[in-house]
Amino acid sequence: MLKLTTVSKHFGGLSVLQDVSFEVPSGAVFGLIGPNGAGKTTVFNLITGLLAPSGGAIELGGRSLLGVKPHEITRLGLGRTFQDIRIFKEMTLLENVVVGMHAHLSYSVPGWLFSLPGFRSDERRARDRAHELLGWVGLAAKALALADNLSYGDQRKLELARALATQPKMLLLDEPVAGMNTGEKVELMSQIGGIAKRGFTILMIEHDMRFVMGLCERIAVLNFGRIIAEGTPEQIKKNPDVIEAYLGRDDDSAAA
Amino acid sequence: MEWFDSFWQVYSNLVLTVGINALLALSIWLTLSCGLLAMANAAFMGIGAYTAALLTMSLGAPFAVALAGGIAAPTVVALVIGGPTLRLSGVYLAMATLGFGEVVRVLILNAESLTGGALGLNGIPQLTQWWHVLLALVGTLLILWRMRRSRIGRAFEAIKEDAVAASLMGIGVMAHKMLAFALGAAIAGLAGALNAHLTFFIGPSEFGFDRGVDILTMAILGGTGGLTGPVLGALIITLLPELLRGFRDFRTMMNGAILVLIVLFLPKGLWDPQRVRQWLGPGRR
Repeated sequence: MLKLTTVSKHFGGLSVLQDVSFEVPSGAVFGLIGPNGAGKTTVFNLITGLLAPSGGAIELGGRSLLGVKPHEITRLGLGRTFQDIRIFKEMTLLENVVVGMHAHLSYSVPGWLFSLPGFRSDERRARDRAHELLGWVGLAAKALALADNLSYGDQRKLELARALATQPKMLLLDEPVAGMNTGEKVELMSQIGGIAKRGFTILMIEHDMRFVMGLCERIAVLNFGRIIAEGTPEQIKKNPDVIEAYLGRDDDSAAA
Repeated sequence: MEWFDSFWQVYSNLVLTVGINALLALSIWLTLSCGLLAMANAAFMGIGAYTAALLTMSLGAPFAVALAGGIAAPTVVALVIGGPTLRLSGVYLAMATLGFGEVVRVLILNAESLTGGALGLNGIPQLTQWWHVLLALVGTLLILWRMRRSRIGRAFEAIKEDAVAASLMGIGVMAHKMLAFALGAAIAGLAGALNAHLTFFIGPSEFGFDRGVDILTMAILGGTGGLTGPVLGALIITLLPELLRGFRDFRTMMNGAILVLIVLFLPKGLWDPQRVRQWLGPGRR
């Protein structure tokens, strides 16, 4: 579904990504891991069009994403959450999610101006769907609360529901459990598992190894801007390059 | 109704000015609601005023045509300058739009054969009736109120809060900013056209920096959280100098002091929907 081919990115003389290639098959849960500063979020920013790659190709379902604007990429079926949570704090949870449906509300100018039946039914459908999506992440009861009043973990879940509202074929999750406690993590893990079962393809960045190993079918490891390994969780756990990247060289790795 | 007749004879101009200022405050509220600190509204008002006045005076066009021209001209200009300027954000956008305002003022000042230069345009027919202003204000309020409740209004709000997140919700950020900017210019132009046909005279100094700040003050003072705020702000900014006539020489000082106090103690403006909800519905959040 999503294919990166020898993607590179440099800011001036600083090379952040070099020859990054991986492919996320349709329906997969794919993990992108790596130490801090490896360039994982940059990969997401390139895919979603917030940054332009310096070289290489990015394709979604066979269509090149190079030069396509972020909002158009979203409309092609790519939803995303952020590492530094970016919900709309002054809106209610429900409004946050309804904003995500922007591109799928197609009523006309007279429609909203005179509150015609088409406008009203579209808006009602959007609200119903928003309630449903909030239910998926366990926030339905707080639909009318102000997003700013949510706990950190709930804000991440709201972001997930909002990304789902854009009707994506594929979800990019940037550290979905960062800052959550163990209980919240387990809960979100089962929710994301449930979302994957509904047929969404998922690509996630995550530091929490138990979370990644438990959810992902395939994992790519990024270190200093290069993919150093790709494979199943079992293969990744045993890969000496990965162990070295995370824990250091040779005798030190005995500590694992 | 005798008292009303005499009241209207003295104060009709003031009442209609309140309405026109409310239109101006709403025009800048619209761009603010999309997160844009654009300060070109005084210039757009000027473009609208001159276009409409020239249409009636030089071409003898009917009032409706003059108003349409007064709306269309600043809208077209906004669409042209919006492309490069709306890429800027925050104070940089404010500076660019203020610069544009100065350019417009200087152009009007120097295009003497057309605009009368510093002497302005005199003897504009007084065609603006009270119901013209009322209709314009009510119509604008209705459109903006409906827009706020549609996907467009939500997109504006999302852009104001976080433009990057908004774009990843599938919202075309640039197109929406352009819409807010152009529509704001149209409203300001309408206000200018109505004003020109109310006051008999327009000059370039009316549409400069001071007017721009005035317009912004009305919106901020009233509160930008809803449509009520700008209208309330326009009412106060317009009436306050009249109410303070008794203070004679200290009038402008009192005026300033009151504004400073309001901003100090009510930073979200006079009309803050959340606070009003607290007052009206104890027990609710």
